[in-house]
Amino acid sequence: MTSITPPAGRAKAYKRPGDRIFSATATGAGITILVVLAGVAGFLLYEALPALRADSADLPGGEGLASYVLPLAFGTLLSAAVALAIATPLAVGIALFISHYAPRRLAQSLGYIVDLLAAVPSIIFGLWGLTVLAPRTAELSVWLAENLGFIPLFAGPPSATGRTMLTISVVLAVMILPIITAVSREVFLQTPRLHEEASLALGATRWEMIRMSVLPFGKSGVISAAMLGLGRALGETMAVAIILSPSGGVTFNLIGQGNPSTIAANIALQFPESTGVAVNTLIASGLALFLVTLAVNIAARWIVSRRSEFSGAN
Amino acid sequence: MTITAPQRESSVPLSGMPLVHGTLPGWAPWATLAAGAALGAALAVASGLHIALAILLALLVHSVAIYAWSRSVEGARRATDRIVTTIVSGAFLLALVPLVSVIMTVLQKGLVRFDAEFFTFSMRGIVGEGGGAYHAILGTLIITGLAAAISIPIGLMSAIYLVEYGRGRLAKSVTFFVDVMTGIPSIVAGLFAYALFVLVFGPGVRMGLAGAVALSVLMTPVVVRSTEEMLKLVPHELREASYALGIPKWRTVTKIVLPTAVAGIASGVTLAIARVIGETAPLLIVAGTTTAVNLNPFDDSRMATLPVFSYYSYALPGVPREPYLDRAWAAALTLILVVMALNLVGRVIARLFAPKSR
Repeated sequence: MTSITPPAGRAKAYKRPGDRIFSATATGAGITILVVLAGVAGFLLYEALPALRADSADLPGGEGLASYVLPLAFGTLLSAAVALAIATPLAVGIALFISHYAPRRLAQSLGYIVDLLAAVPSIIFGLWGLTVLAPRTAELSVWLAENLGFIPLFAGPPSATGRTMLTISVVLAVMILPIITAVSREVFLQTPRLHEEASLALGATRWEMIRMSVLPFGKSGVISAAMLGLGRALGETMAVAIILSPSGGVTFNLIGQGNPSTIAANIALQFPESTGVAVNTLIASGLALFLVTLAVNIAARWIVSRRSEFSGAN
Repeated sequence: MTITAPQRESSVPLSGMPLVHGTLPGWAPWATLAAGAALGAALAVASGLHIALAILLALLVHSVAIYAWSRSVEGARRATDRIVTTIVSGAFLLALVPLVSVIMTVLQKGLVRFDAEFFTFSMRGIVGEGGGAYHAILGTLIITGLAAAISIPIGLMSAIYLVEYGRGRLAKSVTFFVDVMTGIPSIVAGLFAYALFVLVFGPGVRMGLAGAVALSVLMTPVVVRSTEEMLKLVPHELREASYALGIPKWRTVTKIVLPTAVAGIASGVTLAIARVIGETAPLLIVAGTTTAVNLNPFDDSRMATLPVFSYYSYALPGVPREPYLDRAWAAALTLILVVMALNLVGRVIARLFAPKSR
């Protein structure tokens, strides 16, 4: 790209009107994107202001904004954390399978198959989770409560319907699997070929080669992939709204009936029937969700971009 | 400097040292897997073991058998390697379970009402059986089309800016925030569109255009990213040859660069459409739902879309429930078919017309 810019110090070429208009349009489009992102924050803040200013008795729940949003934030974080704990090891395994185990000819097609999971609309995951997965996890919950009940996560008593935090965590894990797999796969494939061949030449088995050259190289990539997955899990709406039967409690119990709702699902369930300051309250909770996912995404992207500067060339 | 040869243990004669490790035959993992599967199947048939537990048992038997066998013949390191191979392959197979299960479920339940009436009737005046998603399909086409009409020009021009013009901090921040924007939750995009339109149309606004704006917030970054990747693949020699002939930059971009990358861009746009066509949450908030055909997205009136139709049919069914649930699944099936088809088309375009430079 540098080859097409004239060296500095030369007389400037005549700028044609077509060139000016075209470059201004292109720059304008780029700026539009920044403006839209700022606009998302700005308009949400503007519409959230009435809820921030309103008397706490007027808000839904009647106890102030913080006590309305915090249980939802707790549910959001809990479900996303459990989903991440399920999905990350699995995604690393899948990424390794595609990048280092599968026959090379098949690898790309296998990657597409995993990507297809990302193409399934979230509402379909919701319907599937409710009709197929929830009854299965209800059986599992009974077993978990009997045998692992001493762990607070599985304290029980188990829900009979399976519309629990456990079910949505599993569905969320399935939904974030493709993005974590895709990013990890790309990073694993970037491992310098010489590192891999050197360790194989020293007599390492395939697993030892992966443990000593691929995983250290890809560690930061996997971390940022997991954070991108976390961002998706935090903001996932419809699957949670359909499957979960929320009761607003704050509990670590994944399999019981008193499930905390999540911010996104709560908005989807409440918004169509809300009016007045209740709408502003929901927008305020949406603003909180936006800021959290923005922070997570910025951190993840920052790790990726910082990494590529250091290790892209070697 | 003297080099002393290592003293060999006298108890191991040199001739007795094998030059290579013992190695399991190539069919060994398949044999233990078959043994595990046979045991699992036998137990499943004989004692009514749950199918998932039977498969788990089969994999467990396979892992233990291959580890013990490999350890006795090949040593501990190779045995660990084989275990990891099993785990990694198992992880991939495990990921296929939900995909297959989702597709099977949607097919099985969706085909009940996947008929001509579903595609040609709206829900106006329908209670109970009959009716269809004609209005929702039209709504989805209109809103997605509008979203594409907003995002494709902006996305395309932003990508051109990033590749052909962008220098310095502005270009860097655009690249960075485009990546960040791909992670915006869809419901937040819906709230943004509501917050924007409520200023003009007052509280409780529901309109198709607002839905399109929400979707375009989600779609634009995807278009930018894929177009940017494709424009970067266009060889510099083409641009330089064009400049050498005295062709202005804007004509070089429109006549040389874009046509070279057009297949990749088309593929990226197709995948971007596939990404937003199934979005439910933003449309639930700003487009609402209705039972009749509404063709005007610029009017302050509700507009049904396929995902929202499916959601409401399932979440708030009438009496009797069955026809509503069947319609919800038929809508889900339509949606998944459209999304899969768009994905396939996108990949095929990219594969068939990929630049041959690499």
